[in-house]
Amino acid sequence: MKYSGLQREVLSLYRKCLRGCRTKDATARPHFESFTRTEFEKGIGLDKKDFAAIEYLLRKGQRQLDMYSSPGIRDIR
Amino acid sequence: MAARLTTRAFTAVRPALRSPMGIRSMATVVHPKSPSQTSTVEEPAASPDAKIKTFHIYRWNPDEPSSKPRMQTYTLDLNKTGPMVLDALIRIKNEVDPTLTFRRSCREGICGSCAMNIDGVNTLACLCRIPNDTKQETKIYPLPHTYVVKDIVPDLTQFYKQYKSIKPYLQHSAPAPDGKEYLQSKEDRKKLDGLYECILCACCSTSCPSYWWNSEEYLGPAVLLQSYRWLADSRDEKKEERKAALDNSMSLYRCHTILNCSRTCPKGLNPGLAIAEIKKEMAF
Repeated sequence: MKYSGLQREVLSLYRKCLRGCRTKDATARPHFESFTRTEFEKGIGLDKKDFAAIEYLLRKGQRQLDMYSSPGIRDIR
Repeated sequence: MAARLTTRAFTAVRPALRSPMGIRSMATVVHPKSPSQTSTVEEPAASPDAKIKTFHIYRWNPDEPSSKPRMQTYTLDLNKTGPMVLDALIRIKNEVDPTLTFRRSCREGICGSCAMNIDGVNTLACLCRIPNDTKQETKIYPLPHTYVVKDIVPDLTQFYKQYKSIKPYLQHSAPAPDGKEYLQSKEDRKKLDGLYECILCACCSTSCPSYWWNSEEYLGPAVLLQSYRWLADSRDEKKEERKAALDNSMSLYRCHTILNCSRTCPKGLNPGLAIAEIKKEMAF
């Protein structure tokens, strides 16, 4: 299966998010991981040709990752 | 009082007087309410001297990312509205459609929050008079070539990041001789006039075609104006470092003196001149 550029960007953002989870405390990590998953699953019904929406969500995800990966944020509910 | 307020509200939601022209083909125009809903609550035959003005406003809701941006039409009686576009926007938000989103703060042109594209010109809504000609319909868009957060709120993250990158603060190694503040002569202070007034509203940067195409690397007129404000400061000791940071093909030299920046600046500053001064300092 060959992925398109956009699909690869989404996957790479997901990997970055999971990597970000690993920098968090062991007790908080499952919370961050489930948060990542629910955030990504929100876009699951999206039409794969809807590039504008996907690109917007990618930017939004990147912003969220930047914010949540700051060491000041220790846990998430 | 309450009754008066409601009648005022209804004047503003009368079915849109929409012209077939002047709407971008990519956006669709949607009536705020269907005529059947509004016809029953129409104000007693709007007074003959009512000045009904139509506003077309860009709308996009990030909560439904797959929905497309659209234009929404509002009509207001100018006799009951303040003189500036921001007054009209605030009135729409208060009385007609509370979901309309825009940034505003000082309403007197000093905070730079309400920068938007009004009738094709980037300006501050609080400094832009509503054109008196009621036949002319006003169109309001977010700043061009910015990512939209919601409605007319642009995402200025990149702009602020670039501003941070020029180190917009006094760099001085030794403490001030009198232990309080660094002094400068009146002549040196005069050099900062026309530079320090910039409020970073991003009107100029987002009107610059060079910045549209190279916003990742080209700093843009607003940030370069600030850059020159620190280069021209007699108290700053890191002039050479600042110049070295600009000495590449992208940061500064993407300015092709298009001068949209000076034309659009709502504060009447001249970023084009400041950029020219930087270029001059770099050359000699």
